[in-house]
Amino acid sequence: MKKSSTLYRLLSYTKPYKIYLLGAIISAFISISLTLYGPILVGNAIDLIVGAGNVHYNKIFEILIILGFTILISSFFQWTLSILTTTITQKTVKDIRTAAFNKLNTLPFKYIDSNAHGDIISKIVNDVDAVSDGLLQGLTQLFTGLITIILTLAFMLSISPVIALVVILVTPLSLFVASFISKHSNKMFKEQSKTQGELSGFIEEMIGNQKIINAFNYEQTSINKFKEINSRLYDCGVKSQFYSSLANPSTRFVNGVVYASVGVIGTIYAILGTISIGDISCFLTYANQYTKPFNEVTGVIAQLQTAFSSAKRLFDLLDEKSEYNDFETSVNKETCIGNIEFSNVCFSYNKSRNLIENFNLKVQSGNTIAIVGPTGSGKTTLVNLLMRFYEINSGTIKIDGTPISNLTKDSLRNLFGMVLQETWLYTGTIRDNISYGKKDATNEEIIDAAKKAKAHTFIMKLPNGYDTLISEGGSNISAGQKQLLCIARVMLVNPPMLILDEATSSIDTRTEINIQEAFNKIMLGRTSFIIAHRLSTIRQADIILVLKDGQIIEQGNHDELLSQNGFYNELYNSQFAVN
Amino acid sequence: MLKIARFLENYKKQVILGPIFKLIEAIFELIVPIIMAKIIDIGIQNKDVSYVLKMGFLLIIIGIVGLSCSLVCQRYSAIASQGFGTTVRNELFSHINTFSYKEIDKFGTPSLITRIINDVNQLQFAVAMLIRLVVRAPFLAIGAIIMAMILDFKLSLIFLITAPIIVAILYIIMHKSIPYFRSMQKKLDNISLITRENLEGVRVIRAFSNQKNEEARFNDASDDLSNTAIKVGKLSSLLNPLTYIVLNFSIIAIIWFGGIRVDVGYLTQGQLIAFVNYMTQILLALIVVSNLVIVFTKASASASRVNEIFETSSSIIENTSNELDLNYKNNTYEEALDLNISNKIQPLYTDNRSSKSIDNILPKIEFKSVSFSYKDSEKYSLENISFKIYPKETIGIIGGTGSGKSTLINLISRFYDASDGKIFIDGHDLKEYPLSQIRNKIGLVPQNLVLFAGTITENIQFGNIKATNEDIKRALEIAQSSEFVDKLPEGYDTPLDQGGKNLSGGQKQRLTIARALACNPEILILDDSFSALDFATDAKLRKALKNETKNNTTVIIVSQRIATIKNADKILVLDDGNLVDIGTHNDLFNRCDIYKEIYLSQNKLEKEGN
Repeated sequence: MKKSSTLYRLLSYTKPYKIYLLGAIISAFISISLTLYGPILVGNAIDLIVGAGNVHYNKIFEILIILGFTILISSFFQWTLSILTTTITQKTVKDIRTAAFNKLNTLPFKYIDSNAHGDIISKIVNDVDAVSDGLLQGLTQLFTGLITIILTLAFMLSISPVIALVVILVTPLSLFVASFISKHSNKMFKEQSKTQGELSGFIEEMIGNQKIINAFNYEQTSINKFKEINSRLYDCGVKSQFYSSLANPSTRFVNGVVYASVGVIGTIYAILGTISIGDISCFLTYANQYTKPFNEVTGVIAQLQTAFSSAKRLFDLLDEKSEYNDFETSVNKETCIGNIEFSNVCFSYNKSRNLIENFNLKVQSGNTIAIVGPTGSGKTTLVNLLMRFYEINSGTIKIDGTPISNLTKDSLRNLFGMVLQETWLYTGTIRDNISYGKKDATNEEIIDAAKKAKAHTFIMKLPNGYDTLISEGGSNISAGQKQLLCIARVMLVNPPMLILDEATSSIDTRTEINIQEAFNKIMLGRTSFIIAHRLSTIRQADIILVLKDGQIIEQGNHDELLSQNGFYNELYNSQFAVN
Repeated sequence: MLKIARFLENYKKQVILGPIFKLIEAIFELIVPIIMAKIIDIGIQNKDVSYVLKMGFLLIIIGIVGLSCSLVCQRYSAIASQGFGTTVRNELFSHINTFSYKEIDKFGTPSLITRIINDVNQLQFAVAMLIRLVVRAPFLAIGAIIMAMILDFKLSLIFLITAPIIVAILYIIMHKSIPYFRSMQKKLDNISLITRENLEGVRVIRAFSNQKNEEARFNDASDDLSNTAIKVGKLSSLLNPLTYIVLNFSIIAIIWFGGIRVDVGYLTQGQLIAFVNYMTQILLALIVVSNLVIVFTKASASASRVNEIFETSSSIIENTSNELDLNYKNNTYEEALDLNISNKIQPLYTDNRSSKSIDNILPKIEFKSVSFSYKDSEKYSLENISFKIYPKETIGIIGGTGSGKSTLINLISRFYDASDGKIFIDGHDLKEYPLSQIRNKIGLVPQNLVLFAGTITENIQFGNIKATNEDIKRALEIAQSSEFVDKLPEGYDTPLDQGGKNLSGGQKQRLTIARALACNPEILILDDSFSALDFATDAKLRKALKNETKNNTTVIIVSQRIATIKNADKILVLDDGNLVDIGTHNDLFNRCDIYKEIYLSQNKLEKEGN
């Protein structure tokens, strides 16, 4: 993406705040023109102070009164300008942050699974922050800078066109310096921002898994790797900072040149009698004010650059392909009978290797389908496809005769209650977590669900019962307890179909029996899919699918499969073979 | 903030010379208005164009010298500030690596990341400003006042009145904004927490179609942040207009009283212009100062957040003195023997195997009245646990959810310290060992299936860089992974995503087992490490483990499956933090109700179908 289009896109986010923007522009015009009018008044006053015994106090007094009002009004509008730009910036940045976050919720699983989370978080936290800094400073200063330049030129031309012309002639020098610097620092900033993301991803990975790092005495190696990335960050950091910090002294130098030229030429004109000393004073102030915006704009180049490369990274995220959208014709399926049919389904995570090929399966309403098979045989993949976490490459999956690709994703997913092996709870109370799928659940419903999931007893033992806060990552309760909460969460929603993907593998068998009973109760009459290693939990399934390498190699109920003396039989008996 | 300044030590040259060069530039800048006053006064009075041109040329020379000094300073400031930031990041990361869980839990990973990245950036920026502006800006302000004094002392009194007022305005506004900056940082942490939760819980969130709620939750946090940012923005919006008013009113005063001074003949017109110029210079310098105050306020908030990390030390106190000499018999050893004897008198739970060992063999691992709670004053997660494990034994640990199995494992690796009681390895209190020595003895296969970005080889070498190809091959074979690894197009060099997301759960689990095996540990701990494996693989793996490790390794298997631990030499039964019984499968089946119950629960389920 080109820089100009990044800028354009950034600016388009300010559209909802047009009124603020208008207010800011008006404030800027008033405050800047009054600020610029000040030196003229000062110049006029100085002209009235000619020398010893030649001072016109009355007129000076009048001018100073006007000057006083000018200052007061000008500073008032400076204040409104600053408030308005802050508000615009913060609101805009908030919108961008929200847009980026909302985007996460639409990204395909492939993106989320294959990108370092630290890197994505860094986009939403650090990059947005950088855009905010750049935008705040850039917006205010670019904007006021431009107005100042234009108005100063107008005022100068009105006093002395020739001197104004001299000033204008020096302008390209300012622009040249500014563009030279930005060209050199731009590349370095991109590099810096990229390396920073890499570093942040690395920290996330290492600190998030401190236990493993400790257990394997990996600390030193990890520190060394960190240092390596960090030293690369140093290299590009020094370069980018140096280049961008050239801006200030260079423009100050140009400023000095303008100041000197105005002083020299102004004095010569005064000698010739064309302008007054007050005019020179006024011009000198302008000379400072005129180059100041260039100074400032190049001064914020550093921040603007960072903001640009950050904005680019954010827009890249926003431009990622979303999950397939629902079509307008997509059906919102509220209820279902529970007939499911896979026909000729093919799927692969990466193009080189087909995982599932020509998969066919018919499930009758109310059946319990157990899926077993060695690890890597594609069990979880079937769930991913059924929930449309990943889209199939070819073939169809139908629920009650409707292809799932014709359903809205939300309604499809609402048809299933899912319990996964990896437990996920969020920072909030236990109550919040159980009612995750049904925000308006009553207290009784929540407790009832917890009881069904055998979670009630341990919850009551916690210091604050249902109001106990689950800390980040749920480190204050055990893995098994977390799983019970995840089960309670599904129990509460009472979905028409169930998917249990190793749902009880981190729970002890005594509790499991209890939960299994609860599952059996809610599975009654509902189509359910169970993935399990413990074959004990699937004995009663109506159909057991034995998967291997993405293919069904055996199919039937427990007894049928045992009598086939095939792979299932082998699997089943191996759990009793102890040696 | 001063504490953090120690990291500047290596950059003394830059930190001292940088501002000096900047000072030279500032001095030249102060001379400029005086030269300009001369150009106007002398040039116009004498109508001397060549004098004007000469002085104009001088101004340009001053500009060039100023520019060169400034460039040197910018170079120094880039090196020193980036170098400083790099050092702080390195030190922070190294320090965090000494933390135990307790400390990491306290901060949370997202907060640690923002501290290492954002806060250090903030500090880095402050250092750059320190070198570039901290000397320059106040010097320009004070210098301008002094120059004015030289021109006309009485008139310069206006400056002396104005400056304190401006300083007061700056101080009040800054003082009020500091708390806001701190709370903004916290709110930013919250944003990153929610983002991370959403990435990790993406399957659950979408399965519940709860995206809208998550968006609302994020939106609230985001609103909260931007509202605070707007509040603080409004506060600092007052700064410029107020200082502008004060300064310009003093310009009014200068003109009025300056007029009187000119009238009396003390001052020339050109000098009056110089006065106004100095006033403007003060304004500019003070604006810079006020921006500096903002930068340093933010930096001091960041510094205290960074220092908080440095000041937190691990709750685990390591014996960093020399490696423990294991031949040295000390009191602990005697004590351990005493305990053996006392145990012999009152044999609690013994089987033939261990009673045979008691007299002459030192236990590999011993727990002596160990109790533990995660937080002070909370209910014990483990209570009064005592047992011995002898070298080369295979030990099973079984118990329900929350019975304390994983806690016990955490204590052996000294991830936490026991709240009460003592733990010995090879006859020595754990606290006598350097941490790395304990962990070298132990190969841990954790419950969580964590792998790292890198190739399979790199992951297996994780705990033992020196592992040769053969070692890796052997580890993979025992862990039943060779089969699938060999099938991968790139074999051992297959790159894994962060967390090993491109592998299935069972594949990940087997690699984590191989990783522990590659360390050739004296003690192998498998913490529920078969949960993602099907029974066939589970059985094969256990068989391979038994064959390969029987000569030198003590194996501890934590499991919920009786089948997995049935053949262990000893089985520890835990229930609700208590050690209920120790014994072989047969012993326990006959005398331990809880064990029997677990056994029956699994067997009932498993046999019923037959």
